[in-house]
Amino acid sequence: MSPELAALRRIAIVPAFNEEQNIARVVAELLDFDRGLDVLVVSDGSADQTAENAEAAGARVLRLPFNLGIGGAVQTGFRYAWEQGYELAVRCDGDGQHIPSELPKVVAPVIEGSADIAVGSRFAGGDGYQSSGARRIGIRLLAAVVSAIARQRVTDTTSGFQALNRRALGLFAADYPHDYPEVEGMVMTIRHRLRLVEVPVRMREREHGQSSITALRSVYYMAKVLTALFIGLFRRNVVPLEETT
Amino acid sequence: MIAAQTPLKVSIAATAASLVLLLVVFELVRSRRLRERYALLWLLTGIVLVVLSAWRGGLNTIAAQLGVRGYPPAVLFAVGLLFVILVLLHYSTVISRLSDENVVLAQRLAILELEVSSLAAQEPDPPNGEPVAAAAREAPTS
Repeated sequence: MSPELAALRRIAIVPAFNEEQNIARVVAELLDFDRGLDVLVVSDGSADQTAENAEAAGARVLRLPFNLGIGGAVQTGFRYAWEQGYELAVRCDGDGQHIPSELPKVVAPVIEGSADIAVGSRFAGGDGYQSSGARRIGIRLLAAVVSAIARQRVTDTTSGFQALNRRALGLFAADYPHDYPEVEGMVMTIRHRLRLVEVPVRMREREHGQSSITALRSVYYMAKVLTALFIGLFRRNVVPLEETT
Repeated sequence: MIAAQTPLKVSIAATAASLVLLLVVFELVRSRRLRERYALLWLLTGIVLVVLSAWRGGLNTIAAQLGVRGYPPAVLFAVGLLFVILVLLHYSTVISRLSDENVVLAQRLAILELEVSSLAAQEPDPPNGEPVAAAAREAPTS
C-alpha cells in the first residue's frame, strides 16, 4: 500500500442484496488487503443473513428497510461517505467478482489526482473474464454509445469496481441513477466535467447465486438504458453537494 | 345542410353522470379521503363534462367546428378520454415523486440507524440497559 493511500480517510462501499454466501469473504478480503479501510456494506433490503454476516466479518452495515435497487443502495453508501468526510471511496460488488488485490490499480489515478473517478474495466486490456454472446454484444453497444456521448473511449460501462474522490462523491451523493447506474453514472460524470479514467483489471466469475442480469433480461435492460441515456442528454445538470466548512 | 343535433336523452344522461362525478369528488374531498391538490383535475373534468352535456347548442357547435358531422356526443367521449389521460399522467408524476421521496427516506433511515448504533456502542452504560439501536433493529421489518 502506498503512503499516499494510507494518509487518506478511505471507505469501501459494498452494495449487497441477499449475498450471505459471498459477503463475509468479500469483507474479509477487503480488510486483509487494507486494514485502514472502513468497509461499509449496504444491505439492500436483504431477507437473508447478509447484514449479520457482514457485521461479523468486520464491516459497518447500512440496512435499507426495503429493496431500493443497485443505484439507490450504492447512493446510500455515497451519501454516508460524503457526510462522514471520507476522502476516498472505492465501490465494489458484494458478489465477490471484484478482486481486492486489483484495488491499487483502480485507486492509483484518483490518489495521484489525475482522475476524479477511476473505473476498473474487464475489457481495457486485462484478462480473466469472459461473458456470454448476448451480453457481449450489449456491452460493446453500450460502450460505443457512451464513448460517443462522452467523447472519450470507454470499454466497460457496467463495471461497479470504482474509486472516487470527494468531488465525485459530492456529485453522486446528490444524484445517482436508479436502475443500472454505472452506465448513466459514466455519462453524468463526463457531463459534470469530472475526469474519468478506465483502468484494466481482472475480475472473477460469480461464486454463488445468480447475477442480477440474465440473458433474457438483456434486451429489456438495453432498451431501458438507451432510453435513459437519450433522455439524460436533455436533462439539466444537478448541483453537486458542496463542502460545508 | 343542417348540422347534426345532440339527442335530448343523451344530454340528460350525460349531465346526470357528470353531476354524479362532481358530487362524488366533492364528497371525497369533504370527508378528507381525497386531497384538494389531487381533486382539482377531477373537478375540472366534471365541470367541463357538465357544461358540454347540458349546453346542447354549444356541444353541437363545437362538434361542427371540429368536423364531427354525424354524432355530436362523440365530442363528449373525446373530451372525457382526454381528461382521463391527463389525470393518469398526473398520477404517474405523483407516483414518481413519491417513490423518489421514499428512496431518500429509506437511505436516511439506514444512515441514521448506523449512526445511532455506533453512538450506542460508544455509550458505556446505556440508561435503561437496552441499547437503542439493537432495539430498533429487533423491530419487525417485514
